[in-house]
Amino acid sequence: MKQRPEKFFDEHGNRLDGRQRDEMRPVDINIGVLSNADGSALVSYGKTKVIAAVYGPREPTWRYNVLPDRASLYVRYHMAPFSTEERKSPAPTRREIELSKVIRESLEPVVMTELFPRTAIEIYVEVLQSDGGTRTASITAASAALADAGIPMRALVGGVAIGKVDGVLVLDLNEVEDNFGEADMPVAAAPDLGLITLFQLNGVMTLDELKEGTDMALKAIERIVEKEKQALRESATEVEAL
Amino acid sequence: MSATPYRTPVVSKVKLETILNMYRRGMRTDNRDLYSPRNLNVQVGVIEKANGSALVKLGNTQVIVGIKLGIGRPFEDTPNEGVLQVNSELVPMASPLFEPGPPDENAVELSRVVDRSLRDPKAVDLGSLVIRPGEKAWVLWIDIYVLDYDGNYFDASMLGVMAALMNTRVPDYEESESGEIIIKKDSPGTPLKLNKRVVLVTTAKIGNYIVVDPNLDEEALAESRLVLAFDEQGTVVGAQKTGSGAYSVDEFYRAVEISRSAAQVYFKLLDSALQKNQGG
Amino acid sequence: MTSESKRYVVVPGEKVSVTKAPEGPYIYEFQGEKRVSVVGLVDSKPEETSFIPIKGFYVPREGDVIIGLVTSHGASNWFVDINSPYQAVLSIYDFFGVRQGGTLPDDPFNYLHVGDFIKARIVTFDRIRNPILTVQDKELGRIVNGTVITVKPAKVPRIIGRKGSMLETLRQGTGCDFFVAVNGRIHIVCANEALQEIAVMAIEMIESQSHTTGLTERVKRFIEEERKVRGV
Repeated sequence: MKQRPEKFFDEHGNRLDGRQRDEMRPVDINIGVLSNADGSALVSYGKTKVIAAVYGPREPTWRYNVLPDRASLYVRYHMAPFSTEERKSPAPTRREIELSKVIRESLEPVVMTELFPRTAIEIYVEVLQSDGGTRTASITAASAALADAGIPMRALVGGVAIGKVDGVLVLDLNEVEDNFGEADMPVAAAPDLGLITLFQLNGVMTLDELKEGTDMALKAIERIVEKEKQALRESATEVEAL
Repeated sequence: MSATPYRTPVVSKVKLETILNMYRRGMRTDNRDLYSPRNLNVQVGVIEKANGSALVKLGNTQVIVGIKLGIGRPFEDTPNEGVLQVNSELVPMASPLFEPGPPDENAVELSRVVDRSLRDPKAVDLGSLVIRPGEKAWVLWIDIYVLDYDGNYFDASMLGVMAALMNTRVPDYEESESGEIIIKKDSPGTPLKLNKRVVLVTTAKIGNYIVVDPNLDEEALAESRLVLAFDEQGTVVGAQKTGSGAYSVDEFYRAVEISRSAAQVYFKLLDSALQKNQGG
Repeated sequence: MTSESKRYVVVPGEKVSVTKAPEGPYIYEFQGEKRVSVVGLVDSKPEETSFIPIKGFYVPREGDVIIGLVTSHGASNWFVDINSPYQAVLSIYDFFGVRQGGTLPDDPFNYLHVGDFIKARIVTFDRIRNPILTVQDKELGRIVNGTVITVKPAKVPRIIGRKGSMLETLRQGTGCDFFVAVNGRIHIVCANEALQEIAVMAIEMIESQSHTTGLTERVKRFIEEERKVRGV
C-alpha cells in the first residue's frame, strides 16, 4: 500500500502528479480494438486503462431473463488480477458487483432498448490497470463500444470523478487522491441531452462543494465526450471514401 | 465433473469443403501453408503496475499477460524455492462462446498446461526467488487474460508468458528489524532469472490433415488438437491432447514431428517480435 | 462526389436536419429537434440531405431476401442464423411447399441439415416473435453450389460500391456470380476453385481496406495479378 502523502499540493498549488486542480489526465480513446466483439473501445485516463466490449443485441443465453418490451442490458465490470498494486483475486468482489450495477444504470437512460425486445445487450468491461477513476473510464469506454456496435443511443455518455483533498476540490482524481482524500464523487452524463446518468459520493461535502464539484465534472465530461466523438468519427471515416 | 460441450459454433458445410479443398493444395483460408503459424505481434511492458507484462497478437487472437511478485511462504517440500502460480481467465469479452463466472474447465486446462510446461523443465529459476529458506519467498503470479479469441489461445498465451517473463524485474526489498520483508516501491529491481525458454505448439487434426496454429474455424472443425511444449533444444517439456477426437499412432507421430519444427519457428517469431518492439 | 455535395460523419446525440433517411430508429426527436442515434454519414446536397448509417447490424425487414445458416431444428421447423439479433424460423411445411401442393416426407430433417446455407425471404417480422422465412419462390432454397462468406452488414454498401461499381469489378474480374444479401452474406459461384478463392480474397480485401481510397482500382489489379499467378 502506498503511503498517505503529507500534502496533496506543492508550493505552486499543483497536485502531486503536476496537474492543476481542474486539470484532467491525458484521455485516450481507441475504437474497434477487438475482432470478435460487435463493438469495443480501449480508454485510458492517465495510467488508468480499461477495455470495453459489446455483444448484441442477441438472443440471450440466460433464457430466464427475457424482457417482452425491451432489450435487457448486462454489464460486467471486472478488474484484471494484474491491474492493481497488489495482485487482486479474479473472483468478483462486492465492489465490482456494485460498480457493474451503477455502470449499467448510467447507460440505460441513453440506450434505446425498446427497439429490440427479448434480446440481450452484453457489455464486458475489464480494468487492465487501475489508477483511480476506473468506473468513470469504464462508462466512457462502454458508451464508445456501444456506438461502435451500432446500437441506437440517444446520446453518448462520459464520466469523470471529482475528489476532495486537503479541503480542495480536484478533477479526475488519481489513486493516491482517491485512497487518502476526503471525498470521491464519480459523475457520468450525456452532455448532448443535459442529463446526469451516474452520481455517487463517497465522503463528505458541503452543499456548495457538491454543486461546484458537479459543475466541474459536467464541464470535463463535455470535453471527454468530444474526444469520444472524435474517436468514433475517425473510426467511421472509411465510408467517406465510398 | 466434465460434460461434452454444448455451446459449439456451427460451421457451414461449404466452409468445411473450402477449407479441405485448400488443404489439398497446401493452402489455408488465411493465406499461409499448413505448418506456418499466423503473424505474431508482441508489446512488452504494457501494464506499468505489473512487474512484467506483454500483449500478444497471434493473428486476431489477443492475449495479455501480467506478472506480479508478492511476498509469501515457500511450499514445505520446496523450502529453497519461490512459488509459481499460473492463472488464466477466458473473459467473456473475448468470444461469444465464453461465459462470465469462475474459470471453467477450459481456463483451468490452459493454466495447468502452461504451469507444468514451465515448472517441469524449470524454465524459471525458482531458487533465485527464495528470500529466507522455508520462511519467505517471492510468489510469482502469472495471470493470462485472453482478450480476443480467434483460435489457439494455448500458443498465444505461452508466447505472452515468455515475453512477460523476459520483461519481469524482481523488486528490491529490505528486512525490518522484526524480520518483515518490505518491498521497495519504484526500485529498479533485478531481471528475473530464466533457465530456458519454452513454447507451446498446437496442431489441429482436420480430416487427414494436421495444421499448425489453428484459427477459430479450424478449431471448430478439428476432431482433436495436440498441444506440445518444447524448449529451444527441441526437447518435449509438456503435452496435452485436447478435444473429443482421437489420433491414430501414425497421425500422432506426424503431429509431433510437425510441431517440433514449428516450435523453432515460434522462437524465431518471438525474437523478431521482441526486437521490433524494442526498436519501436 | 460533386462540388455542391457535402458529406460528414455524425455520432449519436448530434443534431441533424435530414430530409431522407432509411427506415429504422436512426433519427429520433428530442425536445423538438432531430438527432441521430447511430454513427452515420450525412450527405448534404442542394436537393436533399440524407443520412446513411455506417455502424450497425442487420435488423430483419419483411420482404428482405437473406442468406441464413441452419443451426438446429425443432419438432416442425429449422432455426436459422441470419446474422441479426433475432434467430429466424423456417417451417418444414414451407420448405416442402405443402400449401403449394407439395408433400411432407417422413424424414424432413434429412433434406436440410445443420450447417447448410439457405437463401430465403422474410415473410413476417414484428419483434415480438422471431422472423418467419419462406423459400417458396424462384432462386430461393438450399444453397447447393459455390461458397458463402459473411461480412459485417455495414460493409455491404462498400462491397456493392457506388451504383454497383465494385460488384461489377468483381464480376468482370473473376467471371463469378455474386449474390450480396442485405444481412452481410455473399453467395459466390465460380467456374473453378482457384477463381473462387480469388473472389473470396478480393471481398476480404474490400472489407479490411474499406477505409482507403482507390480501392476499386486496386481490387481490379489484385484479381488480375492473382489470376496470372494461378494461371486461371
